[in-house]
Amino acid sequence: MSILGVLSQLLALVLALLLAPLLTGWVNQWRARLQNKSAPGLLQPYRMLHKLFNKDSVMAEHASPLYRTAPYVIFSCMLLASAIIPTISTDLPLSPAADAIALVGLFGLARVFISLAAMDVGTAFGSMGARREMLVGFLAEPALLMVLFCASMITRSTSLTVIVETLAHRDLAIYPSMLLAGVAFTMVSLAENARVPVDNPETHLELTMIHESMILEYSARHLALLEWAASLKLFAYSCVGLALFFPWGVAEANSPLALFLALPVLIFKLAIGGFLLALIETLSAKMRIFRVPEFLGTAFLIAVIGLLVNVLLGVG
Amino acid sequence: MIKFAPQLINLFATLILLLSFAMISQRRIVTLINLFMIQGAALVAASFLLGYFTHQPDLYVSGVLTMVLKVIFIPWMLHRVIRKLNVRWDVETLFNVPTTMLIGIGLVIFSFSLALPISRLSDSIAGGSLGIALACVFLSFMMMITRSKAVPQVIGFLSMENGLIFAATTVTNGMPMIVEFGIALDVLVGVLILGVFMFQIREKFDNLDIHNLEALRED
Repeated sequence: MSILGVLSQLLALVLALLLAPLLTGWVNQWRARLQNKSAPGLLQPYRMLHKLFNKDSVMAEHASPLYRTAPYVIFSCMLLASAIIPTISTDLPLSPAADAIALVGLFGLARVFISLAAMDVGTAFGSMGARREMLVGFLAEPALLMVLFCASMITRSTSLTVIVETLAHRDLAIYPSMLLAGVAFTMVSLAENARVPVDNPETHLELTMIHESMILEYSARHLALLEWAASLKLFAYSCVGLALFFPWGVAEANSPLALFLALPVLIFKLAIGGFLLALIETLSAKMRIFRVPEFLGTAFLIAVIGLLVNVLLGVG
Repeated sequence: MIKFAPQLINLFATLILLLSFAMISQRRIVTLINLFMIQGAALVAASFLLGYFTHQPDLYVSGVLTMVLKVIFIPWMLHRVIRKLNVRWDVETLFNVPTTMLIGIGLVIFSFSLALPISRLSDSIAGGSLGIALACVFLSFMMMITRSKAVPQVIGFLSMENGLIFAATTVTNGMPMIVEFGIALDVLVGVLILGVFMFQIREKFDNLDIHNLEALRED
């Protein structure tokens, strides 16, 4: 473990914490613009976090300790997830601790805790949201795993840093299976980040929301942590997508100069990704909750075909 | 550039397969026709690429033929037919969609394992995509079986023909010109006749559900 490695790891963590709300703000701004509304400022999520952290927390009378600890657990899960994803450098000391499968496990852990916390205070909306979240989650998880395995088959490793290094440094090659994996990944990340075809992050219509209904009872610093965790999750998913499908520009070990070059490249890629997300959200209509299993099942099957195409074309 | 040739053609093959899957899970007729049009366009692109890389001008002619017929004429005609028949409604599938997709995966595995030994014998630059082409044929075949309305069945038939053309193009680097023209004419005439059939079915039974044709009546 080199000094530079520790440094780039710290930088990656700080970047994730700082850039995540900015990415959310960027997506929200473009969403508003594309829908002909007046857009909120780019820094709106930070103002929101600042406001929430300065408020007094109100707890439900019957809330158990689980309810209090859940935001911290979820926040740390997301933080750890963004720490092991190569954003600007592949020289991450934390990365050997957790590979792509553990990453999916981390998202799963956060999901379990947010669902338990939502059911803890016993409101109807919380339980309904938790149930729906688990419905979405158990279908999205295998699809995400299959997408990651598609890349693993090509690079022969499940470690995200190795995948990025191999994909970025191999001679430029077009992998047809990655086309399928990309489509599946887009569908999964829409579902996992509570985005429009599956869930609406801004809705206050009780019957259609999933994510919002789970955090309905939280206030002040707990809510701030959950909002921040949601931003981090979006950031983490975007970075996984960039790492798998557009790995160019990420710095390697022992090159401090490339580290500074990697940052603008990352911001550029995230800006385009955020715009495309807003575009998808604007163009698609929210689907019925009972269509969601079909949507995610399709994502899973497309990813499986990606694996099969790998086998057929003898890649890796 | 020649290094990318098989990869690019495989990419288009995968796109065609993806569109086949999108078609079997699509309920709306209008979207179905548009998907078919995009599939035709991917086929045209694959033909042009293969023609460019193998220096066979025949394949350009085949590509232009596919473009005129399957990207421009047939989609336009189908749009016109569904507008005249007033059938822009939802398409129902016999099985539910997840089951259909699972069967589809089974078909893909079957055709991939069937094509692996064959494509090893092929010396064409895109021999590997024979399995994908075969899978497209099977998927369109299944679409024809599972759909009960006439228009999706016709689209299934046409998309199966897409898969067949693609298989022939990739494995043999293009069929003789006269065969290409023959097939194109067949498809054109087939679609025209099927269009007439659709109007007839509609006139007889007031809808396009071809299960009506199963009952025999003497009168």
